[in-house]
Parts: sequence; C-alpha cells; structure tokens
Amino acid sequence: MQNFASLAPDLFALEISGLVKRFDRLAVDHLDLTVRAGEFYALLGPNGAGKTTTLRMIAGLLRPDAGTIRVAGVDALADPVAAKHVMAWISDEPMIYDKLTPQEYLEFIAGLWDIAPELAAPRAHELLHWLDLLPHAHERCEGFSKGMQQKVALAGALVHEPQVIILDEPLTGLDAGSARQVKNVLRERVRSGGTIIMTTHILEVAERMADRIGVIAHGKLIAEGTLEELRQQAGDKNAGVVGGASLEDTFLALVTEQAEAA
Amino acid sequence: MAQPGTALWFAQHESRLAWRDWLATMTAGRRERLPRALIAIAVFVVFMHFVAYWMVGRYANAVADKETLVAISASVLLSWFLMVSQAMESTTRAFYARSDLDLILSSPASAEKVFAVRISTIALPMAMMALPLAAPFIDVLIARGGWRWMGAYGLIVAMGATATALAVGLTVVLFRVTGPKRTRLVAQIVAAVIGAAFVIGLQVTAILSYGTLSRASALQSQTAVAHAPGLGSIIWWPARAALGDGVALIGVLALSFALLAAIIALVAPRFGEYAVTTSGAALSPAGNGRRSVIFRSRSQRGALRRKEWTLLRRDPWLVSQTLMQMLYLIPPAVLLWRSFDDGNGAYQLLVPVLVMAAGQLAGGLSWLAISGEDAPDLVATAPIPASFIVQAKIEAVLSVIAIVFAPLLAVLAIASPWHALITCGGIVIAAGTATSIQLWFRTKAKRSQFRRRQVSSRVATFAEAFSSIGWAATAAVAAANLWLAIAPGLVAVTVVAGAWLMSPRPKPA
Repeated sequence: MQNFASLAPDLFALEISGLVKRFDRLAVDHLDLTVRAGEFYALLGPNGAGKTTTLRMIAGLLRPDAGTIRVAGVDALADPVAAKHVMAWISDEPMIYDKLTPQEYLEFIAGLWDIAPELAAPRAHELLHWLDLLPHAHERCEGFSKGMQQKVALAGALVHEPQVIILDEPLTGLDAGSARQVKNVLRERVRSGGTIIMTTHILEVAERMADRIGVIAHGKLIAEGTLEELRQQAGDKNAGVVGGASLEDTFLALVTEQAEAA
Repeated sequence: MAQPGTALWFAQHESRLAWRDWLATMTAGRRERLPRALIAIAVFVVFMHFVAYWMVGRYANAVADKETLVAISASVLLSWFLMVSQAMESTTRAFYARSDLDLILSSPASAEKVFAVRISTIALPMAMMALPLAAPFIDVLIARGGWRWMGAYGLIVAMGATATALAVGLTVVLFRVTGPKRTRLVAQIVAAVIGAAFVIGLQVTAILSYGTLSRASALQSQTAVAHAPGLGSIIWWPARAALGDGVALIGVLALSFALLAAIIALVAPRFGEYAVTTSGAALSPAGNGRRSVIFRSRSQRGALRRKEWTLLRRDPWLVSQTLMQMLYLIPPAVLLWRSFDDGNGAYQLLVPVLVMAAGQLAGGLSWLAISGEDAPDLVATAPIPASFIVQAKIEAVLSVIAIVFAPLLAVLAIASPWHALITCGGIVIAAGTATSIQLWFRTKAKRSQFRRRQVSSRVATFAEAFSSIGWAATAAVAAANLWLAIAPGLVAVTVVAGAWLMSPRPKPA
C-alpha cells in the first residue's frame, strides 16, 4: 500500500466552510468542518440532519448553493475532476453492476481512475484476497448477498488508493462477519495514512473507531471532538450517569439540547 | 370492495396495480403530465383513423369469399403472433418478478386463486394494447360497412385469451425443459423469434417467389387462395367472426376461453412452485467461470465504453430484442442477394429498410445504455468530466450500429455506390436522432428495473419510431430524386423537433 507520509502533517484532508444547501427547506446551514489527513472522522446526527447531503456535496454528487470545499488541498468546486482523483465515495447502496464480475468491476474502476494496469492488477488481487472475494472473483455480482456486494464496492473504492474515503452508512444491512471485514479494512487504511470520513447510525462503531466525532443537527455542526471531549460538552446533562456516559447518552443529550435550544 | 380472499377481491387488487402501472408508464411517473399524455393518445388515435380509412376503407363491404377470408386470416394471424410474443414477455416477468411473491406465498390466502387471477390479467393488457392499434381500423369498417364489424372487437378479446394461454403454456414447457435458470433468456428469445419469424418467413417467401418486399403478397397470391381449405372449414372461423358471423364469433370466443381456463387450471396450482424456483436461480452465481481477466491499459473513455459493451451483451432482454431486429434484416439481405445479379430496382427497397432498422436498433440500445446506469454515483464520483459518461455511452451504441450495418453497406456499395451512399447517410442520421431522442428523454434507473416497470417514455418511443420512419422515407425518396426528399426530410425534422420540445430535459439556453 502506498504511504501517505509524503503529505505534510498539517495538511487538511478536508476543509469545508460556509456550506449551504437548500431543497424545500435548509438541509445544510452554513456548515464548517475540517478533517486532518490521516484521521478517522465519524459524522453523527439524527435522521434528516443533513449528513448525507453534506457528504454528497463533498463527493461532487451535489452542487452546494454556497460555501467552499477543499479536498486534500484541491478546490473541489473549481476543479472537481482533480478532487475526485484523490477521493472515493461509498454509499449504503453498493454502487456495483449486477452483470459484471468483481474482477471486471475493479478493472472498470481502475480504468475510470486512470490507474496503470500493472499497478491495478496486483492491487485488485490483494483486495479481493483480503476481503475473501477471490473465490467469487469471476462470478457476476447479481447473486451476491448485500454484504458481499458492499465488499465489492469497498474493493472498488480502494483499488485506486484514494487519500480520502467518504462513506455513508457503509455497514447498513451487513452481517457481523462482513461488517468486521469492512471495519478492519478501514482501520488498515487509516494506519497507512488514509483519511476516512464516515456517517453511521451504529454509535458503537463511531465510539470504537473514530479519532474524532462530529455531531450534526439541522444542517449545523453542534458538537465536535473526541469521545471524551463530547462527554464534557454534554457533561451537565449526564451528571447522574455513573462511570462515564456512553456515546449513546452523550449523543442523545447533545441532540436534545440542540432541539430545546432551537 | 369484494369479500377479502375471493378471486374477485384479488382481481380488484391486480387491476389496481395494473392501472397504476399503466398510468406511471404513460406519464413517466409524474401525475402532472397526464393531460399531455392523454392529448398525445388522442392525437395518435385520430391520426390512426385517417391511416385506417386510407388502408381499409374500401374493404368495408367485403363479403366472405375465399380471398377476403385469406386476407383477414393472414392479418389476424400476424397480429396474434405478435400478441403471443408479448404475452410470453409478460409471463416470464410474472414468473420472475419477486416483489410481492413472498408476501402472497407466506399469507394464508389461496395462492392458487391469486395466480389464476394473475394469469388472466396477463390476457387483459394484451387486449388493451391491441385495442388502440386495432380500434381505428375496426371503427372505419363499422362506419363504412355497418355494425357487423363489431365482431372484430370480440375477435381481439379471443386473440388475447388464446395468445396468453399459448404463451403461459410455452413458458411452463420451457421451465420444465430448460430449467428456471435459463428459461428467462430462452423465453425472451423464443418470444422475439415468434414475433418476427412469421413475418420474416412470409417476406422471404415473397422475395424468393416474386422479388418484392410486401409481407402480404404471398398470402394474397392466387396460389395461396387456391390451396386454402374450403369455405366451410373451421380455419375461417376467426375471419368470419371479424366479418360479423355471430355463430363463428361465439364459437371462437368459447374455444378461446375454454383454452385459457384449461391452462389456468393446469398451471395456477404450480405457479407458486415455479416462481419459487426462480428465486434460487436468480441467486445462483452466473459467471464466466475460470477465465481470468487481464487488466488492460485503456483510456478512461475506453473503460467506460468497454463497460457499456459488456453490459449490453449481458442483458438478455436487449439481446432478444436486438436479435429480433436483426432477424428483420434477413429479408433485405435476401433481397440484396437475390437482386445482386439482375441489377436494378430492388436496391430502392433496401434503402428505407436499412435506415429504419438502424434507427430502431440505435433507439433500443441507447435507451438501455443511456438511461440504465446501475451505479450513477460511482461514475459521477470518478475523476472524469460529466460529458465523458454520456459520450462514452453514445460511442458504444453507435459503434455497435456501425459493426452491424457496415457489412451490408459494403455489399450494397459494390452493387450500387449511389444507393450505398444514401443509405449510409440515412443510417447515420436515423441512428443519431434515435440516440438523441433517448438522450432528451433519459431517466435514471437500474437496469434490472427496466423490465419490471417500463420506464421509457411513450412519447420518446413514438417519436423514435416516427423519426425512423421519416428518415427511411427521406432516404427512399432521396435515392430516386434528391430534391424531392426535402418534403419527407422536413416531416422527419418536424417529428424530431416536436420530440425535443416535449422532452422534459432542461433546454440549453
């Protein structure tokens, strides 16, 4: 795997400022967010808080109404192609083709991201091996379970070695085994210098894996920090909880507080 | 509402679903487009009445002599073959659609009743689909020849019933013979071949014996009339029914419904069983086994094009449709071969046929390639300009057209360079406009959903067909006289411009 030590340590993988997106109502409301390179960042929030909208704008799938997005130093709105080169997007619905085999899918993605075949082929083999997909490498994806499909999509995202991986609820509908494989691959990615930004409803995943956690409600970042820092922010609400509040308590406290304030 | 659990109750449920499905098809999922769709239908129906008046008006007072019976039987048989082909499509879809099957089979209701209703409701859309096409002809005949032609409406119902019965029977036989895994593809191909074979067979016979491309000429010929059975034969019942013979109509209707009832009684108890086996088939891996894919060096466009080709090739529905269109190219090919040595004349006929086929094939391919994208977010997040994605799809489609038509054009060029040049121009324009129309009306959907809910816009389908016909006519006239071609050319341009105006795409300023 490629090493990202060459990146300046102070470089931000993602810098968002003043991001606004309005549909029928304001979905993202002047959001500011920064994620350092090599960080595992989890984005939490109640349903409809604007998490997915934010991530889709970062991935270049939605055009914001206002604000700036910089991915690994590249202005993603001015030069989307350059930004997409260093990014991978994984949604809860695996973005695969029923009629392609995993191997063909990876070849297609390598072609799209313009990766030389001599680099892509061994990498694809390694990823398929890693995710236990080698026995199915030449079967069409149409018969795969959701977990296998999501693993194929993950292999696709990793085959071009992105610096920033953006995941929207990647563990939805996965069994314990597949979920663990996905989590392991993501951890490994962070260890070798990659940046991961992920939304999840599974608070335990955020608690265990994330370096930093951001909480979004009504399109705004209402709290941010390590689990410990979040606990302190929600401190007075959890005064009665013995032995340190879980992320669930903290999260609910923060979101309720925000709702009351609103 | 009927008593829950009864056949009538299920019929209400099924017809509500069918109605909403139809509505969604007509309006492409948007309610506010319903008035526009209705106007389009009305215009089409009025237009068809004129066409019908011109085509069949003079036959209104036909008597049941042998020539009339042969002619009516031939048209009935042709339409019936197409109905069987359509019904096979619907049957396979009913077998493989898994949306509510698990719900029905896990409920305490009688699955047999549900499936009996479901099989009968395959027949209904058959008749519904045939009616708007046949009604103008029948109306004209009624207006000019009297109420006796009402029998033709009864005949259409009977045709729907028998076509469904035969299609369900055939599909079940295929299930037994080829197994659930292959049936879908095989059934689609069989449906395509049934739809096309009869027409093509007639054309090839006609070409070989008379050197013309008219599909009815073989059946109208004196030989056919002379060899046909006597006037009293049961074979003429359908034709007699259309002509208003009450006894024949009742007989045909009774036989048709008896056949459908028999098939339902045979198949309905096992329908659930068949449908359940398809779920296993859908999940079992279909792959190309041991072949290892070597990563090849390609441009980004190349990777996109290659993906499109692979997906087009692996789409059983598309393969069957394309196969059908290719089958229609056999008669012109035979004609080309036949007239290769006797020189002139026949090339004139080839020009419009080839142009029309190119337009239709391009339309079918580009509809699937442009509107069907399983992973839109993936290609949208790829580091490529957005224009690349559509361009690669168009390139993939047009290169298929080039591969199909180049050999035919090459042979034609040896025989008559002028005709080849006109045809080539026609093919380029027809394929180009068909692709553009699909581009203007494009939707976003997963390919697997394409057959479940037909997402293609009706306006697009008709515009595409009419523009293909228009360009074919233009090319045909141009081959004879370049200047005269301006008139049909203008008509074709009008059709395309109309499609563009009606398209939901944001117009470039």
